[in-house]
Amino acid sequence: MTEQRTPLWEVFIRSRNGLAHKHAGSVHAADAEMALQAARDVYTRRGEGLSLWVVPSDAITASDPADKGMLFEPTSSKIYRHPTFYKVPDDVGHM
Amino acid sequence: MYTQALNTSGSASRLEVRSDEDPERMARFQARIDAEDRIEANDWMPEAYRRTLIRQISQHAHSEIVGQLPEGRWLTRAPSLRRKAALLAKVQDECGHGLYLYAAAETLGISREDLTEQLLSGRAKYSSIFNYPALTWADIGAIGWLVDGAAIMNQIPLCRCSYGPYARAMVRVCKEESFHQRQGYEIMLTLCRGTPEQKAMAQDALNRWWWPAMMMFGPPDSQSQHSDTSMAWKIKRFTNDELRQRFVDAMVPQARILGIEVPDLDLAWDEATQHFSFGVIDWEEFRQVLAGNGPCNRERLTDRNEAHADGAWVREAALAHAEKRRARKIAA
Repeated sequence: MTEQRTPLWEVFIRSRNGLAHKHAGSVHAADAEMALQAARDVYTRRGEGLSLWVVPSDAITASDPADKGMLFEPTSSKIYRHPTFYKVPDDVGHM
Repeated sequence: MYTQALNTSGSASRLEVRSDEDPERMARFQARIDAEDRIEANDWMPEAYRRTLIRQISQHAHSEIVGQLPEGRWLTRAPSLRRKAALLAKVQDECGHGLYLYAAAETLGISREDLTEQLLSGRAKYSSIFNYPALTWADIGAIGWLVDGAAIMNQIPLCRCSYGPYARAMVRVCKEESFHQRQGYEIMLTLCRGTPEQKAMAQDALNRWWWPAMMMFGPPDSQSQHSDTSMAWKIKRFTNDELRQRFVDAMVPQARILGIEVPDLDLAWDEATQHFSFGVIDWEEFRQVLAGNGPCNRERLTDRNEAHADGAWVREAALAHAEKRRARKIAA
């Protein structure tokens, strides 16, 4: 195929006010405006959202799964970061 | 609409585990699968897993796209505005399903343009069912009821597929698909409760779509030599024959409510197995349709190619417009 490739965009939807935008999928479109229109047609045919974001896919920097251990494992040993680590007498009540 | 277990046909689509794959990594990968962990796009995966998924997801996407064609021709002929609006929404859904699935396939490192080219050149396969024509309005009922019904049987287990992006796409697809089957059944029910001529139309549609729908589950397990790997990798959760049996068990009572006959003289309830037993499927017909000799194979590919060629100027203009605006912004 000699045709020029149409850029890829990631689509995020806010399902209702008060909630964060959540990744829904991706679309191909020549520019941001058309990406929004395509996202609306492809991902919100049944009242899935009140707000859409489209982001060029190549603008996202992702962590490498190979670094998962280095990045995330240290937290599993730091149980003192959780409230349940601390002992409080029962008669103190809810804290 | 649905994926078919086609990975058994043709030498280009063999599922082989490469012997040069690092055994330690393979073992870790299998352990993750066994623990019901999901594999995500950037994770390490065996090449055969990647290839199998690209093939399966893209065949599934192509099926959705080509699946618009048999129904599309009835959009302007629907008997009422209600039916027309519903059919339009359904065909639009099929297109959407194709797009979710293409996006899932792209996460595995193949471009949309390459996927499209594989379909248009005839190199890629799509479900055999869409090579049959929708001759009457009753066919639209039968397609929704039987074809989407078979699709749902197949797709629900795919929501738990080990590959995350595919499983997530399938969750969306399944949510939308149940409307398709119900609208089809409603059309059948309306015809079956109508005039004798209308009921005869419904019967005729069932007669023509029953066996092709049965073939949608793919070849029998006895001929499906690569199914084991797909099952071990949890791409597939049930075998072709298991899914086909579920389909028969679900459909036969529904046909009885409609008051029409499933066109299978061997169909009978088996007390011992608590399932319906059914007649022999004409696998030669299935092979012929997959080989390109079904009633509509050429028409479907011609239509897709024409639509793609007709849209070339739009894609070109959109990119040129985006480029012009980008250049202006830089200049300003």
